[in-house]
Amino acid sequence: MVVVSLPPALLSLFPGSERRLELAAATVDEVMNALDARWPGMRDRLCDPTPRIRRHINVFVDGEKATLGTELRDGADVFIMTAISGG
Amino acid sequence: MAKQVRILVGTKKGAFILAGDARRRSWELRGPFCDTWPINHVVADQASGTIYAGGGNEWFGPAVWQSTDLGETWTHSSDGLAYAAGEQPIKSVWSLAPSIGGLYAGVEPAGLFRSGDGGATWEHVSGLRDHPSRPKWQPGGGGLILHSLVPHPTDRQQIWVGISSVGVFHTADGGTHWETRNQGTRCDFLPEGQRYPDYGQCVHCLVMAPGMSNRLYQQNHCGMYRSDDGAAQWCSIEAGLPSSFGFPATVHPRDPASLYLLPLNGDIRGRYVPDGKAAVWRTRDGGANWQDLREGLPQGNVFWGVLRQAMATDAMEPAGVYFGTNTGILYGSADEGESWVPIAQNLPPIFSVETMVVER
Repeated sequence: MVVVSLPPALLSLFPGSERRLELAAATVDEVMNALDARWPGMRDRLCDPTPRIRRHINVFVDGEKATLGTELRDGADVFIMTAISGG
Repeated sequence: MAKQVRILVGTKKGAFILAGDARRRSWELRGPFCDTWPINHVVADQASGTIYAGGGNEWFGPAVWQSTDLGETWTHSSDGLAYAAGEQPIKSVWSLAPSIGGLYAGVEPAGLFRSGDGGATWEHVSGLRDHPSRPKWQPGGGGLILHSLVPHPTDRQQIWVGISSVGVFHTADGGTHWETRNQGTRCDFLPEGQRYPDYGQCVHCLVMAPGMSNRLYQQNHCGMYRSDDGAAQWCSIEAGLPSSFGFPATVHPRDPASLYLLPLNGDIRGRYVPDGKAAVWRTRDGGANWQDLREGLPQGNVFWGVLRQAMATDAMEPAGVYFGTNTGILYGSADEGESWVPIAQNLPPIFSVETMVVER
């Protein structure tokens, strides 16, 4: 299992979603699929169909910037955050 | 039951809805909706009463939002709203059009999508991007955007689209094959002798006359035009206007000869109203003659513009006309443009204005 933290701006788009949750996933890509299974459409908000993590979304695994292919150890901390952008 | 108008406004920071009283004198503002995402276009499917809002968020990408209760609650989806893996991702939804053939969405980078289930899922109308000109499509100042969507009112096989810096295209087979429809429209920015290409024209707004599906009007980067043959040939109607440049165009709800434009002072002169004096320009004879409509509009030190989807009429009698500025002011006229009042003055920059009529 890994511990996933979601950005506050994402939570309002998916009623019932949680700030922190535990998931079974071996890669960041599997995290995205697991999130989408719980809250349909969430993967589209975090990843583009290239496929890759959206340009202004960052994912950190145990403090290191990650990609969809990043592998996860059991107990890993997966922190998903929005970039500082806008106007 | 009295008919009332709802003004649907897309802005840089969400969608707004203004509810008017029966006389269109008092307006109640609600919003921002859609989590304050930049919303490029808000439209109503008058048949179902559903409101759709299209836009894109820098963090979370493109989506079409839907409300079946006049804005009280919203859902969003982009299921299927994507090009194939490896292609440049879609940044934003730019235009929406409910039609007898489904709900259409134009996106950036330019492409067309269709939903047969009211916006829950989407399919790519890939024939447009299969057009042989596509490798040479270049973005304009607003991006490579499909901003104008004009489905035929009774023939679901026919659609016209406008793509900025590329031009007008038409399909007669539901989107499998497309042909350019730019004959007669100029590219003043090209060298002399090359100003009437097959494509590459910077169409700014494309609209269809009511009850006359072969008549289309367009505001172009380089002139205003009318076509009476389904866009096969365009003729200039800019004589009598203060400028050949502007963004929005909107038709009267019943009269195919009436058109409203809001010319700006030019593409390299600041893109605000000519001489700093606001005016909507109206023709009632298909563009042969023009009248400036200024009563109630500021006539000095005005430095705003109006974007391509930010002017609309309503279906009432007499018709209402509305426009929103890129500084967040919404103006309205309940008498076909003869006089104007500000309806809202402190909105975010306004990207689009549309209307719907409800029974109350």
